[in-house]
Amino acid sequence: MKRAFSMIIQIAGAGIFALSCSELLPPAPEPETVLAGPLEGLTAEQVRAHFAGDGEFGRIFSREEGLGPIFVSNACESCHIGDGKGHPLKTLTRFGRYDGNTWNPMLDRGGPQLQQRAISGYPPETVPPEATGVTRLLPPAVTGMGFLEAVPDAAILALADPDDADGDGISGVPNYVQPPEYFTPQPHHLPQNGLYIGRFGKKAAAIDLLRQVVTAYKEDMGVTSDFDPRENFNVQAGQFTGDEVADPEVSAATVGNVVFYIRTLKTPPRRNESDPEVRAGETTFARIGCAGCHVPTLRTGYSDIAALREKEFHPYTDLLLHDMGPELDDAYTEGSALTSEWRTTPLWGIGLAEDSQGGRAFYLHDGRATTLEEAIEYHGGEAAGSRSAFRNLSPEEKEQLIKFLKSL
Amino acid sequence: MNAIRKLKQKIYGAPIAILLTALPLCAQNDTSAVQSAVYERPFIEIGQSATAVGGYLEANTNYFREDGVSEGFTMEMRRFNIFLYSTIIPRVRFLAELEFEHGAEEIALETAQVDFELNPAFVLRGGVLLVPLGAFNLNHDSPKWEFVERPLVATQIIPSTLSDVGFGFNGKVFPGGLLLTYDAYLVNGLGEEIILNDAGRTFLQSGKSAERFGEDNNGSPAFTARAALRRRNIGEVGVSFYRGYYNSYKIEGEQVDEKRTLQIAAVDFNAAFFKAAFNGELAFNSLEVPGDLAEIYGKKQWGGYIEVVYPLLRRKMIGFENAVVNAAIRAERIDYNVGNFASTGEKIYDEVNALALALSFRPSAGTVLRANYRHHWIRDFPGNPAIRSAGFQFGLATYF
Repeated sequence: MKRAFSMIIQIAGAGIFALSCSELLPPAPEPETVLAGPLEGLTAEQVRAHFAGDGEFGRIFSREEGLGPIFVSNACESCHIGDGKGHPLKTLTRFGRYDGNTWNPMLDRGGPQLQQRAISGYPPETVPPEATGVTRLLPPAVTGMGFLEAVPDAAILALADPDDADGDGISGVPNYVQPPEYFTPQPHHLPQNGLYIGRFGKKAAAIDLLRQVVTAYKEDMGVTSDFDPRENFNVQAGQFTGDEVADPEVSAATVGNVVFYIRTLKTPPRRNESDPEVRAGETTFARIGCAGCHVPTLRTGYSDIAALREKEFHPYTDLLLHDMGPELDDAYTEGSALTSEWRTTPLWGIGLAEDSQGGRAFYLHDGRATTLEEAIEYHGGEAAGSRSAFRNLSPEEKEQLIKFLKSL
Repeated sequence: MNAIRKLKQKIYGAPIAILLTALPLCAQNDTSAVQSAVYERPFIEIGQSATAVGGYLEANTNYFREDGVSEGFTMEMRRFNIFLYSTIIPRVRFLAELEFEHGAEEIALETAQVDFELNPAFVLRGGVLLVPLGAFNLNHDSPKWEFVERPLVATQIIPSTLSDVGFGFNGKVFPGGLLLTYDAYLVNGLGEEIILNDAGRTFLQSGKSAERFGEDNNGSPAFTARAALRRRNIGEVGVSFYRGYYNSYKIEGEQVDEKRTLQIAAVDFNAAFFKAAFNGELAFNSLEVPGDLAEIYGKKQWGGYIEVVYPLLRRKMIGFENAVVNAAIRAERIDYNVGNFASTGEKIYDEVNALALALSFRPSAGTVLRANYRHHWIRDFPGNPAIRSAGFQFGLATYF
């Protein structure tokens, strides 16, 4: 009996060991399935800086390290898991109201961003009842953003067609926004009356990645920095309440590390690019006018990072605002955008959205669409023509188009 | 003549009165109660002193890879612990343990307790004591185990090694040929950093603030207790419990927050069948979390492990009498956040499954050389495809 038991144990152990032999040390996933990673061509110093930023990007803030007093999330990476699109749990809520024709971001009521979480013993914010516009924004993927930042303003303006001069029904406009105090203009910037073209954020309200990162630290995590050392308090509780950590809570160097990390992330990889079905879908994508806004190819200008300099890349955006019609009008806006206008979402990486959103995709700015077909159906306004054309496609053409989108 | 007397004093008076009273060994038919583990260690008496000294050290190598990325080969001086034990007078005992982790990176007074035995069934205990929460927390000395890593449930769900300042009592009774042990203490308890910590989730380890050895963060002690039933040569089953408020809800006597409760329940067992030894533990945490934080900082957690240790060889080997070669396997699972997302209604993941294999060589009861292989499947919050982490460890641990 004992011998038999011994034998069973040993055989079971050997079996388990043998089963796991093939994958004793987990291999890297296929590169085309992963969003994270540095872009090719960085110097050793730049790779080191990239990973320093990676560490800061993944840093989880505790209450003692400056989290809060009000916040949305506790780490960059908890919203941008694997550098990809975020989960609805980490949705940002922004609000404001029109006072006559003037947009009021309701700063005195804690606007424009809601911090729906707070350190324990401190009240989280709620949306004031006076707000007439409330929008919910899913965290975007952050890969390839260095390329978008390096696109010259002139290239964006070349794609604009505010009066629809070509008569295609699409009239992209840039969002001119007020730069923050710490903004440093770049040679390629083309300001108008002190306003600069925004290109990041769902409404293109951020001119560069520095502004995005500084704002994310403060508005999303409640972490002050050298660039913006003023704490975010819950105005319902009163200024200077709840904050027990000295400001700034992170240094300019830390912010810089994160900016560098995001700038030097690789572009999202393609999959099945040469599949005939995918190529047919790409043709259909262009034919029905999707590429009028989701411009496949852009080119960077000068960049202090050689690997980003004068490079052609494929983000499927024009970085311009487009009127998307009443279906996507949240009565909320930023900068000079209308409430129905949204910056063209870069489609690169959309095929990997499910892998960062828990195996189920949430599309559009607030995740209201769970399939690509549904997302297309929400496209109104300037995209209404493309939507109609999509509806008229054969089932096979629709399938090819979806395959193409999932290959991005 | 004088020289011979001095030699005798050295031989008899100085070192080595090793108290190996039932030193428990995995797969070596451990028959001692978990409650007694803290005393069942080898101590060395020094001279004529009433105080005995002991300790253990633990070091290991690591080679891990996570989804194709490895930090390479590293070596780690994990722990160096020193025990002091003294019978102050009959039935009054003192025990202390000082722990150095990763060299001197972290130094902690793990135990400093006095036992006053009125009767074996009723022993008063006070000082810095091991919280009787699960068997592993009470019986965690590295040389006793075949694995370099502690069970995940004992580090991620129960924050072992969990010691605290407290007072209470313990005892043992022998009903019907069984051994019934119990412990019950009031302790300062874990602090509010179990949420809003740098782990980004509910994590009880983060609640072990150093300040708890000085004062309670809220003036309300936590209660903790364990009861276990043991049958000689078969094994032991224990149940344990902890309950207390974890947040600092009062400042200068004024209530500034709601009282938030933390409860931990655990079941543990160890048993010997045929030649194999079985160990396992299951723990559940339940805590009150502010509503706005509940999805990120879980209100419920659980974890468990089971391991089997089997002696492949037990004989004289390379000059060591009673040497043993053991094989062991451990399966583990922890869920940091039990619940569903309010926004989607879907399950919150944030969980780890693990499998570990071990081959160990014990030249003596208190020394182990061990080779381990571990494989973790880690699911993040939303349940994205599992990250896999695996690697090899080689380690040694020995009492001294």
